[in-house]
This record gives sequence, structure tokens and C-alpha cells, in this order.
Amino acid sequence: MTSTVVIDKAAPTRPVKLRSMSRDRTWALRWSYFFLTLFAVFALVPPLYMVITSLKTSAEISAATNPWWVYHPTLSNYVELLTSNQFLTFFRNSALVSIFVVTITMLISVPAAFALARMRFWGSATLATGVFLTYLIPETLLFLPLFKMFVAFGDLTGIQLINKWYVLLVIYPTLTVPFCTWIMIGYFASIPKELDEAAIIDGASWFQTLTRIFIPVALPGLIAATIFAFTVSWAQFLYPLVFTTSTDQLVLPVGIVTTLIKGDVFAWGQIMTGALLGAAPPLIIYAFLMDYYIAGLTAGATKG
Amino acid sequence: MADVAIERNAAPRTARKRASLRTALKRKSTAAFLMTLPLILLISLLVIYPAFYSLHLATLNKSMQRFIGLGNFQFLFKRETFWLVVEQSCIFAITAVFFKALIGFIVAHFVHNIPAKGQRKWRGMLLVPWVIPPAMSTLAWLWLFDPSYSAFNYLLAGVGVDRIPWTGETGWARFSVILVNIWFGAPFFMIMYLASLKSVPDQLYEAAAIDGANWWQRIWYVTLPMMRNIIAITTLFSVIVTFANFDIVRILTAGGPLDRTHVFATWAFRIGIEGGDIPLGASVSLFMVPILAIAAVFILRDINKRGNES
Amino acid sequence: MADVTLRKVVKKYDDVEAVRGIDLDIADHEFVVLVGPSGCGKSTTLRMIAGLEDITDGDIMIGGDVVNDVPPKDRDIAMVFQNYALYPHMTVAENMSFGLRLKRYPKAEIKTRIDEAARMLDIVELVDRKPKQLSGGQRQRVAMGRAIVRNPKVFLFDEPLSNLDAKLRVQMRIEIKKVHQKVRTTTVYVTHDQVEAMTLADRVVVMNHGRIEQIGTPNELYHKPATKFVASFIGSPAMNFIPCRLEEAGGKLHIRITDRLAFPLPPKRAARYQGVSRTDKLLLGLRPEHITEASPHAEPGVENFDAVLDVTEPMGMETLIYFPIDGTQVCGRVNPNAGAQDGAPLRLAVDLNNMHLLNEVSGAVI
Repeated sequence: MTSTVVIDKAAPTRPVKLRSMSRDRTWALRWSYFFLTLFAVFALVPPLYMVITSLKTSAEISAATNPWWVYHPTLSNYVELLTSNQFLTFFRNSALVSIFVVTITMLISVPAAFALARMRFWGSATLATGVFLTYLIPETLLFLPLFKMFVAFGDLTGIQLINKWYVLLVIYPTLTVPFCTWIMIGYFASIPKELDEAAIIDGASWFQTLTRIFIPVALPGLIAATIFAFTVSWAQFLYPLVFTTSTDQLVLPVGIVTTLIKGDVFAWGQIMTGALLGAAPPLIIYAFLMDYYIAGLTAGATKG
Repeated sequence: MADVAIERNAAPRTARKRASLRTALKRKSTAAFLMTLPLILLISLLVIYPAFYSLHLATLNKSMQRFIGLGNFQFLFKRETFWLVVEQSCIFAITAVFFKALIGFIVAHFVHNIPAKGQRKWRGMLLVPWVIPPAMSTLAWLWLFDPSYSAFNYLLAGVGVDRIPWTGETGWARFSVILVNIWFGAPFFMIMYLASLKSVPDQLYEAAAIDGANWWQRIWYVTLPMMRNIIAITTLFSVIVTFANFDIVRILTAGGPLDRTHVFATWAFRIGIEGGDIPLGASVSLFMVPILAIAAVFILRDINKRGNES
Repeated sequence: MADVTLRKVVKKYDDVEAVRGIDLDIADHEFVVLVGPSGCGKSTTLRMIAGLEDITDGDIMIGGDVVNDVPPKDRDIAMVFQNYALYPHMTVAENMSFGLRLKRYPKAEIKTRIDEAARMLDIVELVDRKPKQLSGGQRQRVAMGRAIVRNPKVFLFDEPLSNLDAKLRVQMRIEIKKVHQKVRTTTVYVTHDQVEAMTLADRVVVMNHGRIEQIGTPNELYHKPATKFVASFIGSPAMNFIPCRLEEAGGKLHIRITDRLAFPLPPKRAARYQGVSRTDKLLLGLRPEHITEASPHAEPGVENFDAVLDVTEPMGMETLIYFPIDGTQVCGRVNPNAGAQDGAPLRLAVDLNNMHLLNEVSGAVI
């Protein structure tokens, strides 16, 4: 709002002809702020309502008071969840799965992207396109055959992967690797060719070129890809719902949905607290690394 | 004479060295192949194979012991629920994508309109719905839509509107799942459009303004043509993920009331996992393929076109 | 340090011949500039010497060893790129030392070399900065520093000054020359700018269409071009080419340009062109500085004629004039006080002692 005031002040000093234009600008700006506020309210109501509810006791929730206000704020929901072994297990499983998946994803994507961006070989162009196509295949198309495959794999080898949290380490990379490879190809391809030539002349092997030149130079891309892989792993809901059932094997989203919603007795204070804690890691990463996060989002369509 | 001698000496050496260079090149392409091998294995074993496996699964009976050809599909075509799912999937995807694209476009313009130093803050707030895992945020919506404690109905009661059965009645339930999907997905469009708006050179707008274009004409003749590519590709991406959506519908309505909000993914889950009929579930999810394939073909064409241009 | 020799070097990309058999001997300590228009094969040649492109045929020798299949790092060369190719994530010192660190030189040794190079290039206070914090000229210096610290047998420069503005380019040109005078490393330098080539080189190699047109010192190329291409490429403004014929008149050899315009050749030239067929289509090659205002004192070999000027370009110390001769636009250089004006007539003089005669069909200088 301060900027509109500034423009109003500036207006009289300008030539008469310009004044109508600057008044137009002022109004455009006011409308912009008005609608932006409206959309921001729309965007932020659900998370804010999560916070409001998480601070209420069950008694206050079931009493027919104003749901938008907290009369007796309490942290008991947080205390309860953060001391509950079950919830901490979900959190641990989620954290382990996400960290391992990020590592696996990077170990697969980065060398592959380097090879596809810089070392031409038979079929490399087709493979790059194939990677992109894979990224377009949604998980909802694959969960049934994958489930059946892992059941059959268990029957065949006796290695039972179903209902173990680590089965997700095998499955999540199908969601993360194609996209990460794709955007890393884009980032690597944007590094000038002269840079690897300078490295070659300086005596670097291709492996040293990758680790000492490409990875540091493409670090923003690498961070964006890491964030993407982490948020996808953290948020994934369908695969863990299909592949894990025992409460000690569940990851956070599934754990909250399946264990906190018990029939008709909705422990909404706890559910909202759990959902908020589940949303916290991506939100924190987003708050601190917003530019990388957005770079990763837009890279998929604008790179390559 | 010295030159001649050198040449004569050099010739055989060159021939031998050439061969070694060829092996070196071959080694390089082998190294490249090995670096992509994990990727290739992952894609072929866990994406391509299951994709084809689901084709095979769709031709089996419930216990997966007998080949029944197109029996599953014949069965599906006869069920009313299937046609409901087809209808709802299309309504869901088309409406949600349209409004996500529209709202994203409008919001991006507003953000682009305000002074640059405030843009970051607004952009940061408006992208929050996209950042929260949809399973978590849908829980908040579920609570906002709660039949007896709905916070929306509380507000509406304040202005004298009757309580709305957000998830309890077909029409409202369909509206609700679409609303949540728009809430979740519009920020993505906004961020993509914003990035592309920023890449439109200011001179173009200045030139258009000098040519006497009003703001509407500037959008129509400058912004939209410049953003055409990004609008197309973002919409296609969104068609794919919206059409294949699972989380929101599953948590908000679980397909109810009376299967009226099921989309392909949630119904396939209901039949395949909860109902234990994997082949029938696989058959259901296969119906997503044509739409996805069409979208993918268009995206790929765009990517190739841009590849050729550069 | 070493000499570089190219023997019948050929480079083919699929079916396109980028370099069509080049022979070149570069002596130890020599500064050789490859110059030519874009696509003439000069950069490809340089990259083949560096080992960044494999050669299709022929041999490249550095210091007497055939290096055809030696990888770049073992050729003991250093290269400066057009866009500098500085590693953006490393400081200046790290950029300069990267090659040495890969070769596991002792730390003390690396430090001395960086200090020495930084002092030579006057970038001592910049060594802890990142490339992003440097100006174009400073980046250029760092790129050279990176080459110098390696103390290689050969320096390779690939259009190193083309990203700089005109003023800085002149300054860096002098800088490069100074560095070469100090370290005396054999240098191969590629540019499309003939001024750079002339000012820097001990010898200039003019290339066109994958072939060498002429090799020579800057003065040789300027005064004794071998082909029309070299004649037109070297010198600015470019040499004028005026269609003409030889004819005999009054026992003297004349050069006839139009029905009304012909000049008698000075005796030295006449003797040289005696054997040329009188029917051949020829081109009279004249540099702008040999077309000046007429002077009152007649000099041997300098002939006067009248022209109507199209355009004049005052440059300060001289004025460039443009006028037509039989449909060909000709450029001359006159004294600013000669009274040259747009559209006005002016009496001019051509110095035929410095003329060139070319075969119009083959482009060869006779």
C-alpha cells in the first residue's frame, strides 16, 4: 500500500498528460493487491485452519463455539504426538525413506544426466526422450502391476518386500529419477562446452570433470533436483498405502490418515497436528530454499 | 629430405595409433553406457515392464489363473459405476485443469503487476498449497467440510445460508473435490506463468503501448502469443496429473457418495487393492492410457520442436 | 617450449571437409596468428593442435613428436578460450592452479607460479575473487594466467579478444604481446580480426575455405599479397579492385580502366607485366592510401585524374572518400584540407608504384 501512496505523491509533479496514466497505474495496483489478498486468503485458509485446530482440545472442538477462534490454546496435541512412539515411528520411516530415496536418486540421475548431456553414444538421444516420457507416466497406472510383481517376487525368492518400509526405496525412484535426470540434463547442457575443454586441457579425466567442474557448477540444479526428490518422497501417498499395512512400517501421510482417523471418532485436533507436522519438512525447505524450489518446478518445462 | 623421412616414419605409427584412438572412443561410449545403466534398468524393470505387465494382467480372471481375453473390459462396460467413473474423471479433469489454468493466469498477472520487491513475498504465500503434501492438506479440507463441524458452514450460517453438505451430496461432493484440486494445482500454473511472463521483454509492451494497444489488447496480442508454449505444456502436464489424481479424491470422499466422485485411480484402488481383484483394477487404470498418451504426444512434439529450434 | 608442425592435416565432419590439407611449420618462440573469415577452418586447426578434435588425416607434431593420438592433457599445451571458460565456482587462484593441482604439484611450487603469473598480469589483488566479480578484461587476464602457470610448450589462443569492447581489445592486444615477449612461449593465435593478426603476429597465416591462402610476416601480407582474398582481407578499409585491361599505346604499356581513363605504367611495373595477355580480364588492386589528392609536383608513377565524390567520411587525421569508376565504388584517403565534399569533383592521384595487378578469373596476384 505504501507504494501507491508514493505514486500519488509523484503524480502532480508530472505533466498533465501523464497524470491519467499514473492514476490508471494506481488503480491497477489497488485491484492487484485486492485480488492478491483474496487469493492469498484462499490459499492460506486450509493451512491456517490446521494451525487453529491443532491448538484446540477435543472438548473445545466438539463444543459448538466459533471454529475460527482458539479460546483455550493448548500444545497438548503436539506433546501427545511427539511423545507417541507410533507417530515417531511414522516420522522416522518417512525420514529414512526420503533420505535414502534422495541419495539413490542422485546416484542414478547425476551420472546418467552427465552421460546423456555430454557423451554421445548409441541410443542416447532416444534414451533422453524416454526418460522424459517415463516422467509422464503417473503412479496410478503402475501401482497394481508393481504390487503384483512384488508379491510374485516374494513368492519366487522368499524375500518378502511387501509391508516393509524399505520396499519404498525400490519404488520411489521411479517417481524421482526420471524428472531429476531430465532437469540435470538441462542444467548440464547449459554449461558451456569450453568449460569441459578447459578441464580436459588442464588434465582432468571425465570423472574429475564431473565431480570437480560439472557438479559444483550445476549445484543450483542439483539442489533443485534434491528438493524435488525429497518433497516427492515425503508426500507420496498411493505407493505406501498399497505396499505397507503394519503400523510400524507406515510412513507419515499414510500413518496419519489410517491410524488417526478411527471410524466416526475423529480426533481432529491430533489429525490436524499430525498433518501440520507432516507438512512441516517440505514447508521448512520451501521457506529457506524458495528460489531453488521454484527453479526445480519451472525447470521441467523450460529446460531441455 | 628430413621432412620426407619424418613422413615415412610417421605413417605406420599413425595407423597403429588411430586404432588405439578408436578403442578409446569405444571405451568412452562404454563408460557413458555404464553411467546410464542404473537408469535404464530402473526404467525398464520398474516402469516399462509393469506397464506391459498390466496389459497382461487385464486379460486374467480375478484369481489370476485363467486367461479371459477381454472379459474384464466386457464386464466393465456393463457396469453402471464404470460409466459414472468415466464421466466423473472427465468432468473432474477438464473442470479442474480449466480453472487451475485460468486462476493461475490471473494471479500470475496480478503478481507481475505489483512492484518487484513485493513480488517475492506474495509468490511465496501463494505457492504454499503446492508445497504441502496433498494428503496432508486434503485432511484440512476434509475437516473444513466436516458434516457437523464445517467451519465454512459456520461462516455461511452467519450470513443466513443453510448448511451445505460439502461431501455428502453428489453435486456438492463433485464440486468439493474439484475445488480442492484447483486449490492445490493453481499455484503451479501461477508459478509457471510468472516465470514466462518475466521472460517477455518489456520493449514489446512498450512498443504495443506506443502503437496504442490497451491492456486487454496487450494481453491478447503480446502476452498470450509469447506464453503460448508454456501455457500449452503446463496444461498438458496438468491434464496428466489431474486425470491420474488419487490422493485428493481418496481422502476427501473415498469415491462417495455412492461412487459418484470416483475417478479411475481411486476406483482402480478400490477394486484392485481393497476388493482384491487386481486384473479388474488394472483394466480400470488402463483406461487412463489413451488420454495420457494423447497429452504425452503433444508435449513431446513441443519439446522436439523446441529442440530443433535450438 | 617447442616448435609445432602440421603435415597435410585434414579434418572431415561426415562429408564436409573443414580443413583440407594444411602444411605449417611454427618455429620455437614464434607467435603465429591464424586469420580468416568464420568457417575458414582456423579454429578447427587450433583445436586439432590442442587435441580437442581428432584429425582425419595427416600429422601434427609438437616438439618433434607426433601427437595425433596423444590426449590434450599430455600434449603440454595451454589454451585460452573465446569466452574465457573460467570455472565459475573457483577463485582466480583456484582457476589458475586447477591443472597443477590435478597433476599434484607441491603446494609451494603452485603458489610461486601463481604469484609470478599474477604479478606479470597485474592481477595480484584479484586472486581471491570469483570470475563473476571480474570485468571482461580481468577475466581475460585470468584466462591467460591459467595458461601461463602451466608453463606449457605451446600457448593456444582461440579468438580471445572478441568478447571485449574495442578499447579494451587494443589494451589486451598490447598485454598479450608483452606477455609473449616475457615468456617467449611458442604461440598459435586464432582470430577473425586482421588488425589483431597484423599487430600481434611474427607470421600471419591467412586461411580460407579450409586452405592456407598465404603465410608471411604482416608486412609481406600487406605489401605482397599472393591472392585477391589475402589482398582484400588484410587492410582496412579494404583494397579497391577496379576492372581493367593492359594495352600498348605509343610504345608504352598502359592500364586501361574505361574508354576515357587509362594510366601509363611506371617502367618497373611495365617490365613485370610485359608477359600478361592483352586480352585477359584483369583487376587493378589499389589500397585507399594510394589514391590521394593530386599534388602540384608530378612524381614518377603517380598519375592524376578527376572524380566526382559520392560520400566523404572525415576521420580526423584523414578523410575517406568514395567515388565510382565505371560502376565500381572506389575508396581513397585524402588530406582533411584537400577540400573533399559530398557530391563535389576533386582531382585525385593514383600511386601506381604500389599497384597490384590481379587475374580477375583466378584471383591470383600477377
